[in-house]
Amino acid sequence: MAPPMARCPRPPPPHRAWQPGRGGSGPWAPREAAAGGRAPRRGRAGDRGAGRRGGARRTMATAAAAPGRARRGAPMYSQKELTSKKRDEFEDILEERRLSSDLRYAMKCYTPVIYKGLSPCKPNAIKSAVLQSEQVQYVIKQLAKEMGESPDIIQEEATEILDEMGHRMQLGAVRFFAFTLSKIFKQLFQRVCVNEEGMQRLQHAIQEHPVVLLPSHRSYVDFLMLSYLLYTYDLALPVIAAGIDFLGMKIVGELLRRAGAFFMRRSFGGNRLYWAVFAEYVKTMLRSGYAPIEFFLEGTRSRTAKTLTPKFGLLSIVMEPFFKREVFDTYLVPISISYERILEESLYAYELLGVPKPKESTSGLLKARRILSDNFGTIHIYVGQPVSLRTLASGRINRCPYNLVPRHLPQKPSEDIQEFVSDIAYKMELLQIENMVLSPWVLVAALLLQNLPAMEFELLLEKTLWLKGLTRTFGGFIEWPDNLCAKKAVLSGLTLHSNIAQLVDGHVVLNDKGVEDGAIGEIVFKRALAILMCATYRNQLLNVFVRPSLVALALQMTPSFRKEEVYSCFSFLRDVFSDEFIFFPGISLKDFEEGCFLLTKCDAIQTSQQEIYPTDKGSVTVSFLSAMFRPFVEGYQLIFRYLSKEMKEAFTEKQFIPGVRNFVFQLLEKGVTQCYEALSSDMQKNALAALVQLGAVKKKKMSNGFTYNVNQEAVSKILDMFDARIPVQKPVAARL
Amino acid sequence: MAAAAGEAAGGGGGSPSSARRRLRIISGHLRGGPRAPGRGALSPSPCKAQGGSAGPASGSIPKKRQELLKWNGWGYNDSKFIFNKKGQAEFTGKRYRLGGMILPTFKEWIEKTFGASLEHKTTSRASLNVNDVPPSIVNEEFLQDLIATKISYSQDAEDRVFRAHGHCLHEIFVLREGMFKRIPDIVVWPVCHEDVVKIVELACKHNLCIIPFGGGTSVSSALECPEEEKRTIISLDTSQMNRILWIDEKNLTACVEAGIVGQDLEKQLAESGFCTGHEPDSMEFSSLGGWVATRASGMKKNIYGNIEDLVIHIKMVTPRGIVEKNCQVPRMSTGPDIHHFIMGSEGTLGVVTEVTIKIRPVPEYQKYGSVVFPNFERGVACLREVAKQRCAPASIRLVDNAQFQFGHALKPQVASIFTSFLDGLKKFYITKFKGFDPNILCVATLLFEGDREKVLQHEKQVYDIATKFGGLAAGEDNGQRGYMLTFVIAYLRDLGLDYYVIGESFETSVPWDRVLDLCRNVKERIVRECKEKGVQFAPLSTCRVTQTYDAGACVYFYFAFNYRGISDPIHVYEQIERAAREEILANGGSLSHHHGGKLRKRWMKESISDVGLGMLRSVKEYVDPNNIFGNKNLL
Repeated sequence: MAPPMARCPRPPPPHRAWQPGRGGSGPWAPREAAAGGRAPRRGRAGDRGAGRRGGARRTMATAAAAPGRARRGAPMYSQKELTSKKRDEFEDILEERRLSSDLRYAMKCYTPVIYKGLSPCKPNAIKSAVLQSEQVQYVIKQLAKEMGESPDIIQEEATEILDEMGHRMQLGAVRFFAFTLSKIFKQLFQRVCVNEEGMQRLQHAIQEHPVVLLPSHRSYVDFLMLSYLLYTYDLALPVIAAGIDFLGMKIVGELLRRAGAFFMRRSFGGNRLYWAVFAEYVKTMLRSGYAPIEFFLEGTRSRTAKTLTPKFGLLSIVMEPFFKREVFDTYLVPISISYERILEESLYAYELLGVPKPKESTSGLLKARRILSDNFGTIHIYVGQPVSLRTLASGRINRCPYNLVPRHLPQKPSEDIQEFVSDIAYKMELLQIENMVLSPWVLVAALLLQNLPAMEFELLLEKTLWLKGLTRTFGGFIEWPDNLCAKKAVLSGLTLHSNIAQLVDGHVVLNDKGVEDGAIGEIVFKRALAILMCATYRNQLLNVFVRPSLVALALQMTPSFRKEEVYSCFSFLRDVFSDEFIFFPGISLKDFEEGCFLLTKCDAIQTSQQEIYPTDKGSVTVSFLSAMFRPFVEGYQLIFRYLSKEMKEAFTEKQFIPGVRNFVFQLLEKGVTQCYEALSSDMQKNALAALVQLGAVKKKKMSNGFTYNVNQEAVSKILDMFDARIPVQKPVAARL
Repeated sequence: MAAAAGEAAGGGGGSPSSARRRLRIISGHLRGGPRAPGRGALSPSPCKAQGGSAGPASGSIPKKRQELLKWNGWGYNDSKFIFNKKGQAEFTGKRYRLGGMILPTFKEWIEKTFGASLEHKTTSRASLNVNDVPPSIVNEEFLQDLIATKISYSQDAEDRVFRAHGHCLHEIFVLREGMFKRIPDIVVWPVCHEDVVKIVELACKHNLCIIPFGGGTSVSSALECPEEEKRTIISLDTSQMNRILWIDEKNLTACVEAGIVGQDLEKQLAESGFCTGHEPDSMEFSSLGGWVATRASGMKKNIYGNIEDLVIHIKMVTPRGIVEKNCQVPRMSTGPDIHHFIMGSEGTLGVVTEVTIKIRPVPEYQKYGSVVFPNFERGVACLREVAKQRCAPASIRLVDNAQFQFGHALKPQVASIFTSFLDGLKKFYITKFKGFDPNILCVATLLFEGDREKVLQHEKQVYDIATKFGGLAAGEDNGQRGYMLTFVIAYLRDLGLDYYVIGESFETSVPWDRVLDLCRNVKERIVRECKEKGVQFAPLSTCRVTQTYDAGACVYFYFAFNYRGISDPIHVYEQIERAAREEILANGGSLSHHHGGKLRKRWMKESISDVGLGMLRSVKEYVDPNNIFGNKNLL
């Protein structure tokens, strides 16, 4: 049959054509039409500021906004933009704050656009909806039956849980934060840079489907900053999953609650009522599109500035309404927040060395105010492309389990679903990493750590430029203005981080004052402190570099150049470091290929059908890359050695950390090793987790937590693999 | 829009000459009718010996269907939507209540909803091009054997093409613009059970393929001839087996030949004061045998039940022989009910020849009604409550806002200023006084049937429930118009096709708690898929809840779009429909509530599991090992 060729269509009457940026419902929803017409720029105060300044830059910004809006016409479901490395321009939001009144800004007319299906309601209405939901009622009845208690008592308990948990978002508190944070941020930071196009995409996404914000977590500033940002752009404020420990802070806890934080206990695996109430609370807010939901995939602040492996609990909660088709779609928005200088940097270093983290308290916060006089440089916030969960799930999720059981019954997710959730969690973290801004200082830190104790300034400049090129080749997102010369960039980094390194006599040296005198133990500790702080910045490079670097390491560890041997060594390293760095699960071969590709791209290696070998030119690169990851290899070896020799009996994590710390400390004192990073409790935990995953350590759940049992033989075998004494035996992928 | 086997409601009626009466009957659902010409008294005579090929047609639909029905669209030749010289929409003919009426706001609606324009018209070819039609290939020996049986047959191209399709969008599109690759080679018209036995025997003897044909209203490609079928395809047209064999007033059953179409069945039963109450929207054209073979559902199932509740006895001719039960009883426990192998078998096992069906006295009183709800959610909640209390009227349907507006656009010109004033007042009351948003509100239409007193009582009960859900009674007239819509909607698709608008309907059944989510998600999926596939105007994507059950509901979706600028609209359409079906399944809906067919074969395994499918296959293998009934439906 021959369908007629449609005649050339005339332009459609505008009112019936697809409206730009419309998602679902088409031109029937008048409310949406009004919202679509709004300028997504920030509030009126901003525009006034612009008037005062006059000018070219403002015009540019508006011009930039215009195509941004046009682009919103492109279908949101096309995820192509994700793969392209073209990134948006940044705008400094503090600039305006410095030019106009904070009070007026805090009192501005705030009327964010909302989800198209939402009928606004008060926080208390959500709580009662949660209490009355079939889901919670079901669990209450179940528990009442099992425990022989009256449902009323359990209902009471549920109410208490909700009261402890629930946020009480109030505009007044938001305005208070808007005012005080303006003051504080202006003190602390030089600039707060945001990709405005990301904000526009977000604004559009919020209207279309429920939105989940997934920021990286490096500092307490993260969620304050994000809410501040959304307020500035007149977007709906998120509700934020925060740790219950914040409630320990008087006043501040309550203030946060009013600004939209809700609080979850750190562990509630066994408590079914808590789980039900919590999950339903989050889902109710998500389903109704009440507000964007924000939480941290990493679960806690990363003390090392390296992305932590993701936690899956909350992610699977927010995905469930889509799996059950209670919502048409859900947007996941990866957000990368990078700090030129992290507020908590020295706290973290102490913590990693075993000096306990101070409990969150209001007085602690007040004491910390002296940092207000310090300079913390620039923050970059990159709001990624919203990712449609529907698109991610298409073709992957078997719908049957959800169709055969009433939707309000608690259901353990199937293996498929668990795997899917885990994949998405990793994917989101990889997207965060991709858009994390790297400052020149990060490059300096990486170079410095390979050239301790001092590095000639000129050489450092030269190497920094070289590393900048390499980082860009590997897809790293370096914020380095075209007109900025290396010298200026490095010097400004040194000024900002004078507590870590200094320029002395034409050499850059690590700032470990007090090392010369004092007991040997103290010297080691101080040195470790300085190195860990410096490492925090180098660490920001690692996830960008990890694939080519592990190939480089494998090349050095493998006696031959045979591809399959290099690959099995790579694959071994990838498994060992699976908790240390972020790898998408199950694609070892693809990671290897990508690593090889990147190394080929920078002329470091050549590959033939069967072999991989470094080029003459590339040996510098290869040895730099492997040196970059050398501390991890050495650190893991130390920790494994400790486990294989010292730990004969079952032990807990609480016994393990101080034990291994002492072990490494002694070695450092004796000068047997120079691997200070092995003192980091983060590395120690990761190494232990890796052994558990490799099956060399058995982890058992006991009443008072987990205990571990070492299989000495297995650990020694892994150690041997590191030393390449025995070749790594692995089934070799057919494609190699 | 529309479609098909779908939903063309209505009722019986007379010959074209008694059109006036028919109008009344359609609106009032069958209360007595004229005696069909040439019909004698009811008699259990075994077989009428009508020879020859052109015996006078005795039912409403003649053997030469094209003389009365459109060859390339839905329904009667004389009934269709047109735009008259003034550019106003009008419905022609005198068969329906809407006939000859002007629809003043319809043009604007179609322009606004689809971005269609009267200036952009496509035209179907005017008549069938006989030269395009694949030749009839029939084995000479078989032909001799067939002639010997004196069963009427035809190899005429028009007859064969008419029986090569149902009323799926793609089929109509082919009729308008192209030609089917494979059509039946010969059409036969058995007049009784014995004729069918002979035909099936001949087909087995010569190894030919039989495709049974009833009313031709399939919307699931069930009549499509498999392209790769090399054997002669016989279209077995049951339309001449259309007698009521007997009526048993004591047990309230009637034995009827399977080829009778709905309107004739009701008309003839009404002569004795009875009805079956089975009213699928296609009842003007669809046949009793077709209902059995497809597990049909009728609009008034709340009182009378679906076909599986109505059938007492079935006689079916299969290649293995005749299958039937040995008694006419309400229920029996003798293993799985063999009726359930037959119902829904879609012509893959044999031909249903005679059916004993339950009958009821024609109801004393009938009343339409309607309720306006502030939004769809409240409407669904109300229907759920009605179902819970088991007080659903004969029919209760809930249309969403888009369909409410659509119905509004089909309002005929009002005769008097007074009516228009009243309409204005009503509108004012609902939107201004009660604060209903005309872009959100939705409407339920109701049909009550039974004793006058009980109907009034029942009505009150339902309206009381509706009030609890914020519903406002909106009058009989709106209700009646709502039911009228179900049959004109099928005619509307032909009009749409003339202006680059294609559309179709599809249905599902779904548990109550998922109704809202399913409706919203499927509609949104359609809109989104259209956008992705390059459709230039937002489509019409609308739904209605058409049946309520204890545990769930039946939901119909209507979906239409303007295809200008798209080179292969049918392909795009099919992709979107497929996506919509995926969405339904993902939302916990069924593959189909009452339309099976070839169209949804690919999901069968998922729907009924491997073993389930194997069970069906083994039945087919036993009953029809040589695949004589080779229409390839279902399996």
